[in-house]
Amino acid sequence: MSDQQFRLADGGRIDRERPLRFTFNGRELSGYEGDTVASALLANGLHLVSRSFKYHRPRGVLSDGSEEPNALVQLGVGAYTQPNIRATQAELYQGLIAESQNCWPSVDLDVGAVNDFLSPIFPAGFYYKTFMWPKSFWIRYEYFIRKMAGLGKAPASADPDYYDKMHVHCDVLVLGAGPAGLAAALAAGRTGARVMLADEQMEPGGYLLGRKVAINDRPAMEWVDNSIEELKSMADVRVLTRTTALAYFDHNYLTLLERVTDHLGPDANGDRPRQRLWKVRAKQVVLATGSHERPLVFRNNDRPGVMLASAAQAYLNRFAVRPGREAVVFTNNDSAYQAASDLVKGGVQCTIVDVRPEPPDELRAAARKQNIDVLSGHGVISAAGTKRVTGVDVSSLNATASGYHDAPRHLKCDLVLMSGGWNPAVHLYSQSRGKLEFDASRACFVPGESVQAERSAGACNGTFDLAFCLSEGREAGKAAAASAGFRSKSSSSSPKVESSPETPIRAVWRMPPKDPGGRYNKHFVDFQHDVTAADVDLAYREGYRSVEHLKRYTTMGMGTDQGKTSNVNALAILAEISNADIPTVGTTTFRPPYTPATFGALAGRDVGELADPVRMTPMHQWHLAHGAKFEDVGQWKRPWYYPKAGESMEEALSRECKATRNAIGILDASTLGKIDIQGPDVAEFLNRIYTNGWSKLAVGRCRYGLMCTEDGMVFDDGVTSRLAENHFLMTTTSGNAARVLAWLEEWLQTEWPELRVYCNSVTEHWATAGIAGPLARKLLSELTSDIDLDSKAFPFMSWREGTVAGIPARVMRISFTGELSFEINVQSSYGLALWTSLMSAGAKYGITPFGTETMHILRAEKGFIIAGQETDGTVTPVDLGLEGMVSKHKDFLGKRSLSRPDTLREDRKQLVGLLTEDPRQVLPEGGQIVAELKSKPPMKMIGHVTSSYFSANLDRSIALALVKGGRSRHGETVHVPLENKVVSARIGPPHFYDVEGERMHG
Amino acid sequence: MAERYLRQTPLAHLEIEARARVAVEAAGVRMGEAGFRAQIALRGDASSETFVDAVKEVFGVDLPLKPNTASTPGGARYLLWLGPDEWLAIVPDGTEEETIAAFETRMEGEHFGVTDVSGSRTVITLCGDRARDVLMKGTSLDLHPKAFGPGQCAQASMARCHMLLHQISDELGYEIYVHRSFADYLWRWLEDAAREYGVAVVSSP
Amino acid sequence: MLLIECPYCGPRDEYEFSYGGEAHIVRPKHPEKLSDEEWADYLFLRTNPKGAYRERWCHAHGCRRWFNVERDTLSHQIIAVYEMGAEPPRAARKGGSKP
Repeated sequence: MSDQQFRLADGGRIDRERPLRFTFNGRELSGYEGDTVASALLANGLHLVSRSFKYHRPRGVLSDGSEEPNALVQLGVGAYTQPNIRATQAELYQGLIAESQNCWPSVDLDVGAVNDFLSPIFPAGFYYKTFMWPKSFWIRYEYFIRKMAGLGKAPASADPDYYDKMHVHCDVLVLGAGPAGLAAALAAGRTGARVMLADEQMEPGGYLLGRKVAINDRPAMEWVDNSIEELKSMADVRVLTRTTALAYFDHNYLTLLERVTDHLGPDANGDRPRQRLWKVRAKQVVLATGSHERPLVFRNNDRPGVMLASAAQAYLNRFAVRPGREAVVFTNNDSAYQAASDLVKGGVQCTIVDVRPEPPDELRAAARKQNIDVLSGHGVISAAGTKRVTGVDVSSLNATASGYHDAPRHLKCDLVLMSGGWNPAVHLYSQSRGKLEFDASRACFVPGESVQAERSAGACNGTFDLAFCLSEGREAGKAAAASAGFRSKSSSSSPKVESSPETPIRAVWRMPPKDPGGRYNKHFVDFQHDVTAADVDLAYREGYRSVEHLKRYTTMGMGTDQGKTSNVNALAILAEISNADIPTVGTTTFRPPYTPATFGALAGRDVGELADPVRMTPMHQWHLAHGAKFEDVGQWKRPWYYPKAGESMEEALSRECKATRNAIGILDASTLGKIDIQGPDVAEFLNRIYTNGWSKLAVGRCRYGLMCTEDGMVFDDGVTSRLAENHFLMTTTSGNAARVLAWLEEWLQTEWPELRVYCNSVTEHWATAGIAGPLARKLLSELTSDIDLDSKAFPFMSWREGTVAGIPARVMRISFTGELSFEINVQSSYGLALWTSLMSAGAKYGITPFGTETMHILRAEKGFIIAGQETDGTVTPVDLGLEGMVSKHKDFLGKRSLSRPDTLREDRKQLVGLLTEDPRQVLPEGGQIVAELKSKPPMKMIGHVTSSYFSANLDRSIALALVKGGRSRHGETVHVPLENKVVSARIGPPHFYDVEGERMHG
Repeated sequence: MAERYLRQTPLAHLEIEARARVAVEAAGVRMGEAGFRAQIALRGDASSETFVDAVKEVFGVDLPLKPNTASTPGGARYLLWLGPDEWLAIVPDGTEEETIAAFETRMEGEHFGVTDVSGSRTVITLCGDRARDVLMKGTSLDLHPKAFGPGQCAQASMARCHMLLHQISDELGYEIYVHRSFADYLWRWLEDAAREYGVAVVSSP
Repeated sequence: MLLIECPYCGPRDEYEFSYGGEAHIVRPKHPEKLSDEEWADYLFLRTNPKGAYRERWCHAHGCRRWFNVERDTLSHQIIAVYEMGAEPPRAARKGGSKP
């Protein structure tokens, strides 16, 4: 393809058989499979990729990996789009569409760039200082600031893609498939251990992908390929590429993000997920995450065309892209000499500027052979050019690197390569809570002691020489496997490589300005957040002297790149300014994630209808078919009410309530918690759990019980039946079933192991249909022949066993509505059959299904509480007026607390009934009650409404409330101030209907 | 005796047989519902000879004492370990009441717990080359063959539902016991998780 | 996420467990004989140390058994796991070891 004018004729790891078309800022371009967006742009001679966040300065590609701060693009369109994608990592696919970020109307002509000229008025902390007054205006400022700033655009519609998660366990997790990681994985894999190897790039090899080095006298990538082949042949080894370790948590728990089909584009994934989050529990971890080259800090070091030396080397060797024609290689260490050598071979003219007065002789000699000028003891003062670097000014540095000997000399170039030394990628080590140590000879932070079962090997451990990387990796892999219980079977040795001695770097953290006393305001430290060396200075002068304060004040390291290329430079400059050494200044804490992750990947399949379990009763399908509206009760779907065609909710409730009081209603009560309790000590156990007594409950009878927590507050309530001498069945509220069982087990196992009691949940074993109303007995009598339903034979609060509609059933005569009612329990598989039998037999009586709302209204008419509605963890049985349920003859959980001074207070909130002055007016639940009305808040609140409904049977509203000293306030009028009005109501007893209970006893 | 045709399994409404998306041969995962399975919750003291003997006599198998194991299935009756004093017994459909009665008689005067829970759970079967991968999406249990194999069972969280997982054999794969109210959700969750491998729905034995 | 060794089921992820607060707090035999202060102490006051802490956990999503854990509240390192009713292991009192 003719338009890739910077592509070399041969070489590289791109697939020239697979040309790809893509669009950047509307321009049609081409590249090859194996390209990243960045390498394809560079192949087309495009360095200007985006604008910076704050000053909107033109920015180019800095790196070739995940540390990239500049080349962020908006990738894809529509629902598929993702902002802030690093062009250096995004793989090219057919039809890819990418746009520059942080610019308007275009990256070439950007209105916001005026900020750059105004930069003297936008120093660090500018926003904090300027937009804080007046306070209420912030929201308006923010609107414009956001519009100007912007870091890409979020998609406007729902994500159509599919993401998932996978849990995996392994003996040894190796992160990074460069030389050290591969050596570690091989060594561990050969022991038979379960090994997982993950690497963030599209293929394994790590930094070898971008270098021309030999292993065993062959190109290094042959060794990589052979190693991967061997690993893949092992049964218990899993190799993941395109997989980034995001986070390292406690107990060797790590999350890895695999980009499964991102590299194929929006239409290619089919049934495969776009991304997969791996949740890994590793016995041992080997970190082999490599290192990041550091930029050097000089004036206009952010111009497009200024990049890291290793990145240029990788673009040349791996992608066969010549990143420029004439390069100035600016370095403080040895590694850039190899980069320059490779570039010269690739047809790029190079001049090396080395801040060291005496670079190693071998390197100088080798450079001379390739006609590379080496300016030793020199520094780059500044770069020229705006949208592309056009040259640099250099001069010889004085002994302390605080100024220059000579007048600047201009070198023309279209590429500036920086090599400021290497930062081991210690992020994951740091996340594992390890403490970093400063290695002065290499001027970088390296891992200290391990805190978790973890080892670092290779460049991330400060070991940069290939031979040492390989042997350190191998040792780490072997040791990790041994710690996980796997001994090495074979004794293979490390592959052969040439080792080269390393000479110390000369750290010059910021190049002095041309003139003494000059400014550092275009010396960029954090490219993404536009933090300059001058900002670090300002922060220090304003008193932000700790590195953590520096970070927050300047926002250094807070971009999407988390300061991978900037942190060490920034803190070293801070150390220099404050005359401290670097270890004293320290470094900021690295936090997860290592690189940004999409919400989609973190959510996985926990979206839409799979977001949370939905529990259904055996009768659910009937409710659905009959138009029920559902209410969520915990995870249960419970019928709320059953509107008929054209009926409003109010009308439906009125019909359901009246039918139940006047004829018969039916409720699906299957969700009630049910616990089967067996053993000789159950009665004693219940005595301790419930506030009331259980020893005398006869077999065949049921009793209502209240349970409290030890602080005396009501926790749950329900009816418990004695099935046999040593056998009880407890019911709990629907939402509390699991909690109550756990509560019982907790006391049995931890405090009263001597009690011979076994508890089993049978909530799901039984389906329950409750029929209530004056005709309930009549209907039931038609469906059973073996249960005597006569009130004397089967009194209120008792249970009988028999057959209902041909199904074995346990029938309980208990009532939550206040009507004559029977709760019919059958094995769940028969639940639907029971329900349909009751419905068809009951049709002639007008049987009416009712939901939770009618149930709530009917019980509120009777003043029956609902735990969790009338109670909230601060309400005692006495507060509810249920002191009759509190035994004086035994101890029970919470009893002692009922005589604490606080629970004895007379002004505690107590349960009362409320009748509004206007009977049509229904109070809102949660409404605050005041005794004395004022024209505006604050008013003294004396309680709140807990339940409130319109009662069709009473043809007026009713409410229950907790009111301070409520029981002595009966007859008083109180007020509930609402947004637009005040509702007044009279306090009375908390029951409104059939106070004597004749109906349910009948 | 109940009119047994009136019964309905928890997944009957899903008409799962009609949901197969790929042919059995091409499917990485085969799923099904195991139909009615009589289950008894058993509690007792594993150190009591009476209890251990009664189990052997009534269920015809040894009480599994090793955590997370099951007595060999294949026979009509077997037991799954749930806790140090808790087991789930599987008995032939329709024999749960007589089995409970027999056990109660045998254990007269002893402290034990025996409860019919046949309606509590249904069983989703999951087999095929990628069955383990599907499970790994929803549970953090270590299911690698070195850690979990045929004859082992475990209670754990699966897609936020409580499950009892039992590996039958390499060929027959896994049985997932799930509380019936969660069954619809878990079925749909598993079907969704399996879609990248191809799902076939099979009738279970 | 912690990896907690259930004494019965083996190591499982933290989310399978529920937390039960400080261990070895015994419910008074005769609460009615306690002063309000003594009762409040039993109800509300816990040691909350920085370092080794004995606490109760329940394998809620597994075997439903309660057990004790000795955990370093600073490093989250689990020093010991022992059954209900058992004495804390002696070795546990010295603190943990490095991997």
